[in-house]
Amino acid sequence: MNIYVCLKQTPDTETKIKLAADSNGIDTAGIKWIVSPYDELAIEEALRLKEKNAGSTVTAISAGPARVVEAIRTALAMGADNGIHVEIPETADSNLTAKAIAGALKKEAKVDILFTGKEAIDDGAAQVSQLVAEYMGFPYVTSLVGAEYSATAVKAKREIEGGAFEMIEIQLPALFAAQKGLNEPRYASLPNIMKAKKKEVKPLKLADVGCSDADQKIRFKNFQLPPPKQAGKKVAGDAAAQAKELVRLLHEEAKVI
Amino acid sequence: MAKIFVIAEHRDGKLKKTTFELLGASAAAGNETHAVLLGEGVAELAKELAHYGAQKVHLAENAGLKFYSAEAYCNVIAPLVAAQKPDVILGSHSPTGRDFMPRLAARLNVGLASDCTQLAFDGAKIKVRRPVYSGKATVEVEFLGSGPQMATIRPNALGVPKPDTSKAAETMACAADVGAVKSKVLEVVKGSSARPDVTEASIVVSGGRAMKSAENFKILEEMADVLGAAVGASRAAVDAGFRPHRDQVGQTGKVVAPALYIACGISGAIQHLAGMRTSKCIVAVNTDPEAPIYQIADYGVVGDLFAVVPVLKDEFKKIKEH
Repeated sequence: MNIYVCLKQTPDTETKIKLAADSNGIDTAGIKWIVSPYDELAIEEALRLKEKNAGSTVTAISAGPARVVEAIRTALAMGADNGIHVEIPETADSNLTAKAIAGALKKEAKVDILFTGKEAIDDGAAQVSQLVAEYMGFPYVTSLVGAEYSATAVKAKREIEGGAFEMIEIQLPALFAAQKGLNEPRYASLPNIMKAKKKEVKPLKLADVGCSDADQKIRFKNFQLPPPKQAGKKVAGDAAAQAKELVRLLHEEAKVI
Repeated sequence: MAKIFVIAEHRDGKLKKTTFELLGASAAAGNETHAVLLGEGVAELAKELAHYGAQKVHLAENAGLKFYSAEAYCNVIAPLVAAQKPDVILGSHSPTGRDFMPRLAARLNVGLASDCTQLAFDGAKIKVRRPVYSGKATVEVEFLGSGPQMATIRPNALGVPKPDTSKAAETMACAADVGAVKSKVLEVVKGSSARPDVTEASIVVSGGRAMKSAENFKILEEMADVLGAAVGASRAAVDAGFRPHRDQVGQTGKVVAPALYIACGISGAIQHLAGMRTSKCIVAVNTDPEAPIYQIADYGVVGDLFAVVPVLKDEFKKIKEH
């Protein structure tokens, strides 16, 4: 099988966000970059599928500025065979990103199955997966928490609200967006990290994948940090007195009960 | 004034609260408000859509719409949009809305602002803000190009309006050609819990590492049931195996915005705060008065949660019965 996994490089979850001077972005100085955690699940799922299907290859693809090649190297160190990097601006929106990825995938001989994370933890837009699928003409399953694969179709389990699941039958080729619970991603071993340095990462530019600035449909501007909160009230007394006073405040002051 | 499409969501024959939020916001701003209702045997729901502000309901009924399907939704809605030319298309940032709205946006060749927490109307346009980095910052979304503006709105962000049962809407049947679909929902497997979902509930009671065990969550569940609340958990509690991942609130879990969030034994790691900081009222119960959770809590109870939660439950019960 020709297995592809899309990934995004994002700031680490512990990052303290600071705004850029013009308020149209964040200050990226000193940020520790990681592979978005849901994308690690996608990489793991791709590798497990490869291991069950002899002769398969896993290709990791990412669209973004030059730094995202590090994220592709992480996927290669986990076990992906090769990579594709499409260089797009830092400010690209979901649509331009998806068009660039789909454009690169269309240059490949054959795409049997595509894995992504259900969303990236930076903009949290949860759009690129579905957009890539639409541009590829693929069906998709988002929030994938379980899958049984065959050569032509997949029985997929999708998490929906209230602890419920949709059981879906989906034809290949298709895209699957991973949710936590699908698997436990492996760590890269030291020998594999060394090997990953020699694996090929194909560089592509926007023009190579048939995209232009006009594919950008939205732009984020006027970034703001959340307003600082006033110190809250701490209720006094023993547990019984605290509980009584808290419920009174919630009822009379906050009016949420 | 704008012509607004609200894509209605329903499950088990009941409309979702999030749909009422969208209709209410659109109608309150004086917009021409249309609901789009897809399903099988759902015509009756049009009445309730009217109570919350829909003036027109576009109804597509088809056996192929019995279960939700992104492909079928897009195949039905895209031609309707082409014919009706709304200025704005609104959906919920729910497991359904977040699934099909991007595909619909691509089909219509327009931009989508997803997971918005602020929505305002300005003539035929909308102005939206949304969180980024899980709420560590927010941004305004500028729509480029032409065509309808599309947005998904975070559940609970707008509030549910009071229904007006005297209102009625004109129902218009629309073509329900679901087309060739390559994925199909075979069945929906229900969750075992009768409690609401963390992302939809108006009250969320969450526990952290200090809960010490899965069994101890029983006291939070009991309090949640008095309040009709959902039960959430911090990443530490989930990683320790106390709760399933689907209950996790935080940057790598669910992002919630309830009217009341009660954090029990949660210290307030940046990861967790990112997932619940837009809650309208935050209560923290923690033994450590210096815990970071108190920096964003509106009300703090410094004390042992195992002593506080049971009496708190009783107090809630009293006021509920009052």
